[in-house]
Amino acid sequence: MQTVFSIAVDALAYGMVLFVISIGLSVTMGLMRVVNLAHGAFAMIGGYIASYAARDLGLGYAVAVLLAVVGTVLIAIPVERFLYRRIYGAPELTQVLMTIGITFCIIGIANFAFGPTLKTIPLPEALRGSVDLGFRSIATHRLFAIVCGLVVAAALWVLIERTAFGIKLRAAVDNAAMAAALGVRTEIIYAVSFAVAIGLAAFGGVVGAELLPVEPYYALRYMVTFLVVVSVGGAGSIPGALMACLLLGAIDTTGRYLAPEYGEFFFYLAVIVIVILFPRGLAGRFK
Amino acid sequence: MAVTMHDPMTADKTRRRTITGSLIGIAAIIIVGVIGYFLFPNNLALLTRIIAIALLVLSIDLVTGYCGVATLGHAALFGAGAYAAGIAAAHYGITDPVLMTLIGALAGALAGLVSGLIILRAHGLPQLVLSIAVIHLFHEAANKASSWTGGSDGLSGIAPDALLGLFEFDLWGRTAYVYGLFLLVVVVILLQVLVRSPFGMLARGVREDPLRISAMGASVKSVLIRMYVISGVVAGIGGALNAISTQVVGLDSLSFTLSAEALVMLVLGGTGSLYGALVGTVTFLWFEDVVSAANPFHWLTMVGALLIAVVLFAPKGLYGTAAHLLGRIGGERR
Repeated sequence: MQTVFSIAVDALAYGMVLFVISIGLSVTMGLMRVVNLAHGAFAMIGGYIASYAARDLGLGYAVAVLLAVVGTVLIAIPVERFLYRRIYGAPELTQVLMTIGITFCIIGIANFAFGPTLKTIPLPEALRGSVDLGFRSIATHRLFAIVCGLVVAAALWVLIERTAFGIKLRAAVDNAAMAAALGVRTEIIYAVSFAVAIGLAAFGGVVGAELLPVEPYYALRYMVTFLVVVSVGGAGSIPGALMACLLLGAIDTTGRYLAPEYGEFFFYLAVIVIVILFPRGLAGRFK
Repeated sequence: MAVTMHDPMTADKTRRRTITGSLIGIAAIIIVGVIGYFLFPNNLALLTRIIAIALLVLSIDLVTGYCGVATLGHAALFGAGAYAAGIAAAHYGITDPVLMTLIGALAGALAGLVSGLIILRAHGLPQLVLSIAVIHLFHEAANKASSWTGGSDGLSGIAPDALLGLFEFDLWGRTAYVYGLFLLVVVVILLQVLVRSPFGMLARGVREDPLRISAMGASVKSVLIRMYVISGVVAGIGGALNAISTQVVGLDSLSFTLSAEALVMLVLGGTGSLYGALVGTVTFLWFEDVVSAANPFHWLTMVGALLIAVVLFAPKGLYGTAAHLLGRIGGERR
């Protein structure tokens, strides 16, 4: 019972962190049809900035999170402007080459600037300890990650389903050319959603630093996981991504607890089964 | 590509010109190989590794460049060849290098069949993800079956016999290099024939327009599976060569990183041409070797910058862009 409970909590926390990081990737991939392998690199940059702010400068956790999000978006804007613009609509292979190149560059620079060691982000007093639920106690940080994931999901749902921007965004995802013809400024939609996506990635990178530790090869190690989540969920779909994150988080965490010697064998076996059963993703929008 | 062959004279001429082109290409490979042998006598291990990886990149080119299947999991075929050759030598005492190569090719073909059957069930992004899942599955399986594969310690104890009973595998790797060059030339000649054959044309048709090919009555799926098996043979030979020359097989030969790097080499050189694959491999590995020796901190940054530069300035890959430029100069002269 104890094991089942800790698996459930860890799986939920892990799934939520995955969701916060990869939802931006899912939306931009549905919108701009770019296979973006550098998304994890931006989450890593967020983690580095937060670690630098909180550990080396001694700023508070909230300030560090804010700095990480703003800083990563500021770094991402010129990258989008000068590099990503060139590969919209390019063949898949070109996009893979370009974004792997960007990832390599970011890893190399991070390795040079911060060194190859693990970076921790000191948690504030309020998030350390554990919370007593009466019958069980769970780590506060896990709870915090879960709450963050739920808040992000709810906020995105409101943004996309209930605002004028959301309507334009959905129109552009469904048919960019038609939306542009109807007067939607698609390039602004692209820029805003790219910025939001990067900001969320950085946020997830900071919040999830306890589960996905920040180090230079972060970008390569989890790149695949994020891509898998998007593909399993179906690019451009929030409920799909949420389902995929919870499902894959559960499978991965259960595998780690019960059969650690198999590594990620069951995770990838499950991915193959799911992709073959739902070739368009769980939510079935991706073509 | 669309060569209309109305009268037999032109057909004959084009045919003769392509054959001359292939002969020049193969002569170039041999000349570069011989120059490498005499220029870098202390670095033959690196050159042999370049040849082994070149076979992997050629094999990716067969499915990606000629059939349009994007895959980030092709090292599965290479690693299957390497492990099969290694296990045959270490556990069953089959130490004849030619036999080991054949076993590697067979295992590569089998791995190609299996991963082809899985990967070809989807298209686009899901296909890419399936290929990633396949390579991780192979990797974890090899890690788990440590009594066979040595797990994360690697498989050692591979001691190949003298080649044809005459040439010992020496410390400088001369025999391994010459054997590798020989294998590469044979494979390139056979692949030249393959891509020009009706089957090669059919594969290119599948890349251009699968719907039309199936409307013509050919089975797209069977073409792709057959190409996957052939590409498995090529990658398996590369893996076996790697096992023979280094006498050890590590888990890195079944890694996602190797798959991704090999795909990068292919796109760097230019997809859809055998020479593009070779040029890309040599450029990437040579660049990696030079830069990582010069500055171990920055080599990944430099490789990344190289990739970005290629996308921006040579979108068809190095060989594709060079061929395009040469073609333009030649066209002006005529």
